[in-house]
Amino acid sequence: MSASDRDDGSLSRRKILECMTWVGTGILWSVAGGVPRSLGIIDEAVAKEAGGLKFLQISDSHIGFDFKTPYPNAVGTLSECVGKIKALPTKPAFMIHTGDISHLSLAAQFDDADKVIGETRLDVHYVPGEHDFVDADRKLFLERYGRGSKGAGWYSFDAGGVHFIGLVNVYDLKAGGLGNLGHEQLEWLEADVKGRSASTPIVLFAHVPLWTVYPNWGWGTDDGAQALSYLKRFGSVTVLNGHIHQVMQKVEGNVTFHTARSTAFPQPAPGSAPSPGPMKVPAEKLRSMLGIANVTYQQNQERLAIIDTPLQA
Amino acid sequence: MLDLKTIRGSLVAAALGAACGPLLAPLVLPAWSQNKPASGISIDNFTFSPGKLTVKAGTTVTWTNKDDIPHGIASADNAFNRSKALDTDDAFSFTFTTPGTYQYFCYIHPHMMGTIVVEAATGENAMP
Repeated sequence: MSASDRDDGSLSRRKILECMTWVGTGILWSVAGGVPRSLGIIDEAVAKEAGGLKFLQISDSHIGFDFKTPYPNAVGTLSECVGKIKALPTKPAFMIHTGDISHLSLAAQFDDADKVIGETRLDVHYVPGEHDFVDADRKLFLERYGRGSKGAGWYSFDAGGVHFIGLVNVYDLKAGGLGNLGHEQLEWLEADVKGRSASTPIVLFAHVPLWTVYPNWGWGTDDGAQALSYLKRFGSVTVLNGHIHQVMQKVEGNVTFHTARSTAFPQPAPGSAPSPGPMKVPAEKLRSMLGIANVTYQQNQERLAIIDTPLQA
Repeated sequence: MLDLKTIRGSLVAAALGAACGPLLAPLVLPAWSQNKPASGISIDNFTFSPGKLTVKAGTTVTWTNKDDIPHGIASADNAFNRSKALDTDDAFSFTFTTPGTYQYFCYIHPHMMGTIVVEAATGENAMP
């Protein structure tokens, strides 16, 4: 066993540094605004082929964020994303939203988001971001989007031969910690995948990255490795996250990690700014840093094809 | 002849005044509470400053969010109820009456942490 391949699934410092180098490459692509290609996981040709299960990911709408220039308004840029979605040549089966629907968990903010997202006429599966749990009782998100879910809002479902699992890693955050799933949810996850055939493709989605992107900014999940340990025997695992408002990918064994752009505002590359606060970019550049992700699964293909589409190339 | 030490002292005092001014500015206290001790913590660039604040018992501490992202104040050991989410320029205050060391964090970005040390009050601020 090498130091970078521990039994407990945790990453050695060396491995993290290797990933960070790799992540750096991803950021360059993101800035270029084109279609990223890496290690064969993102292949436009594959995604363009007919057939297969197609679904969409949007993230970090932050409805209510209204920070003057250069951000016109979060509702406006979400509407532009919805316009892109409505114009897709193939209608996706459904959409997932990986959290931070609202900026401050206000009823009016959720209302505005629902109104705009509703125009897609797609089924939407939500997981919360930390901004969706800042109301005093932490109940508005669950009242609206948590029907049929467990605990703080986690659930699973099957579609097109793929097993989808929505996790919540923003509910009861601990001082000094990162994202957190907690014991109850981990137990549920272990039971949820138990007995499933190892050939079932798994898509895990949650707000904060389940892999360690940059702990200094809280970009990771304390017990994310524990969650992934339950999925080791599966041939195809795709982890879709938001939170960091930029595209990043990493492949480790059978697991593909991917984060989506925000529909509202970009955040800086890890460590490239004093803090992860919103990036102030010129108005003409903003739309190249916001967007949606289009995901295709085709049977007998180990990896899902993911295409990140910026609002403006 | 000019006393250089005095000049340097005044400059330091002026600089401190400039540094503390913005922290205290949001505190608008009613007249009857003018004598109550108050202290401020600024949230800027996802950091509490000062990161460690020492006050006398009875001091009202006010956190003010200077970031363009919301933050929230929570006690690490439930010593006080968490604040509502603080949007840009919003503030939250709590009066610390019991001496001790209080750890707190941002419940939206929990890697942000700070400490308040409350010392026993002496003299005119002492509790009766």
